[in-house]
Amino acid sequence: MITLYDWELSANCYKVRLLMSILGLDHHAVPVDFYPGWEHKSAEFAKINPLGHIPVIDDDGYVLRDSHAILVYLAARYDKSGRWYPVDDPEVLGETASWLLFAEGTTNTASAARLYVNLGYDFDIDAVRAGAHRLFGVLDEHLWFREREGLDWVTSSPHPTIADLALFPDVALSEEGGVSREDYPALRRWTDRFRQIDGFTVMPGIFAPSRAAPPG
Amino acid sequence: MTVMATAEAETQVCTDPVIRNQWHAVADLDEIRRGELRTLLLGEPLRCWIDSGGAARAAAGPDREIEVRTDYGYLWATLGKPSGGVFDVPETREHDRRTLNALTVGIEVSAPRAVENFLDMAHFPYVHAGVLGEEPHTEVAEYRVEERDGELWAFDCLFYQPRAAAASSQAVLAEYVYRVPHPYSAMLYKSSPTDASRMDAIGIFIHPLTATRIRAHLFISVLDDVSADREIRRFQQGVIAQDKPILENQHPKLLPLDPRAETPIRADRSAIVYRRWLSRLGVTYGVIPAAEGVRT
Repeated sequence: MITLYDWELSANCYKVRLLMSILGLDHHAVPVDFYPGWEHKSAEFAKINPLGHIPVIDDDGYVLRDSHAILVYLAARYDKSGRWYPVDDPEVLGETASWLLFAEGTTNTASAARLYVNLGYDFDIDAVRAGAHRLFGVLDEHLWFREREGLDWVTSSPHPTIADLALFPDVALSEEGGVSREDYPALRRWTDRFRQIDGFTVMPGIFAPSRAAPPG
Repeated sequence: MTVMATAEAETQVCTDPVIRNQWHAVADLDEIRRGELRTLLLGEPLRCWIDSGGAARAAAGPDREIEVRTDYGYLWATLGKPSGGVFDVPETREHDRRTLNALTVGIEVSAPRAVENFLDMAHFPYVHAGVLGEEPHTEVAEYRVEERDGELWAFDCLFYQPRAAAASSQAVLAEYVYRVPHPYSAMLYKSSPTDASRMDAIGIFIHPLTATRIRAHLFISVLDDVSADREIRRFQQGVIAQDKPILENQHPKLLPLDPRAETPIRADRSAIVYRRWLSRLGVTYGVIPAAEGVRT
């Protein structure tokens, strides 16, 4: 059984919960009192991750930190379809790595804006919001061209990859940080498609797809 | 003009004497123990810190030291002259309770909108599906609201809840009592899953940054000797985080006090009485006063 060191309001922890839900993996969550308890910075938690951040998984003694690393590991090990992290397709794999790196950028901008508004973190709010809009503009245009090619996801695969999954929470939660998605129609259509994936699950602030919406 | 009122409110310093003369929960004491807090209170800069003697202090505006209180784990500050202390929360004197701050969260909404949402049961099956409510159990039964000693109270509030609290193991018909002791703060009491004769207390104590931006402190005092602090917090954090996007999408952000501004239904009785009470107190900050509502 996989143990997840988890905080429910963390977008990065949600990425791991989301992939496990999609892959149908059972897990045991150990709640970490990230805020206001600051448990991730405690001496006790430093034994699990000396960097003092979550998520961390422990898969029968194999301990791994960092959400994107965990997505790579879980998909490579447990996704029988081989589509979420297609190790046999160099091009899609390269694109996946590129968009995972891009998702680090949305964490440092859109997600930072959310931490500023929600928890009072000390960021230059104008700078992080501007950074988020720059990245959303790039992603929106990219997705618009993908749609022209008849493709629904960020890579050239017809199936979503962990890159889509890694990007989804920061995009879907952006309004909480005061980053509107009004100007990014292709990005909004992509989030709607993402919500329709089998096994999709929510976190507080992200809503289930409306039942009236057509599948697919 | 509703839209104008909202836009102007963001830059306005509060001149409403009713609100200036309240104690406002501006920080979790643990938060300022970790370091000085620089924030806003009613549109004015606010600085809160612990001095070398261990006392909590606050200064507003450029550097005007203001009166503070430390109650229930929070720092309360005022820009005016309150007539007494912070409202009483007698549950904090019952030592078998677990009393803690579950979360302090910024929300882009006015304080009265947040209080009104806190008083509302009708949204439970939709916003908190599977936790505080569940379709098809959507009906809000008749309940009564009364004013007692200058506070609002709502009694006989019954609602079907799949998972009423962190310590719940099954769905229950939960009984709620609501209390509004302060224009910007409210409490609710609900039947405890661990002791049928007593009630858990949950409070929303609002720190008004401006008329349309708040920090909500979620106070809990529960009968639960099983769950760890983190589990109690996790449950309540999940609930308020579900409310946040709903609150932030309400328009106008200021609460309209004109009875004709929004169409209420029977389930909204507590909201109607709350709005009327704010009008009677003469509150003008964070709201669109009734007279102005009539003109628009």
